[in-house]
Amino acid sequence: MGVDVDLIFQIAGVGIVVAFLHAVLEGIGKKEYAQWVTLLGFIYILFLVISIVQDLFQKIKSVFLFQS
Amino acid sequence: MQIVGLGLIATFLVTILNEHKSNISLLLTVFVGTVIFLFLMDRIQDIFRMVQTLANEAHVQTVYVETILKIIGIAYIAEFGAQISKDAGQGAIAGKIELGGKILILAMAIPILTALIETILSFLPMKG
Repeated sequence: MGVDVDLIFQIAGVGIVVAFLHAVLEGIGKKEYAQWVTLLGFIYILFLVISIVQDLFQKIKSVFLFQS
Repeated sequence: MQIVGLGLIATFLVTILNEHKSNISLLLTVFVGTVIFLFLMDRIQDIFRMVQTLANEAHVQTVYVETILKIIGIAYIAEFGAQISKDAGQGAIAGKIELGGKILILAMAIPILTALIETILSFLPMKG
């Protein structure tokens, strides 16, 4: 459980930092960089989420469908 | 208790994130749902081990127990996917996922239904 809670805060923190960077970069007029930052943050979080969803599906498989 | 705390923290963080980046808050929702499911999965594993032991002691054929477990698994996965889709605002896709889950469950139940009908037929007196 501890690791998972840490990951939740990590995701939320990355989201806040990305939103902040996006606002700052748009404020100084670098719109392309702002979009790249958003995209990178999104991909990183997507990676985290996908890895834990894969964990969940493996576990469901091993519990319900008798495959290990 | 841990699950309630987790849900409250996640709700708070999603509310903060929703004002700035709604796509990331959606991913956070998916993540929290997965974590809670993972947490519950350990308990479900214990319950199912007990069910299996009981079935073994009662000499039930393992095919039936296995089919029932698979059906429950399909129900869990379909529910999970449908709720994620619903959170993302795609009610139509969620409905399709649930429909797919139901049809797959019906398809898996066919061997049990066949066995039931065969049992009933064997009770009937044979004529000729």
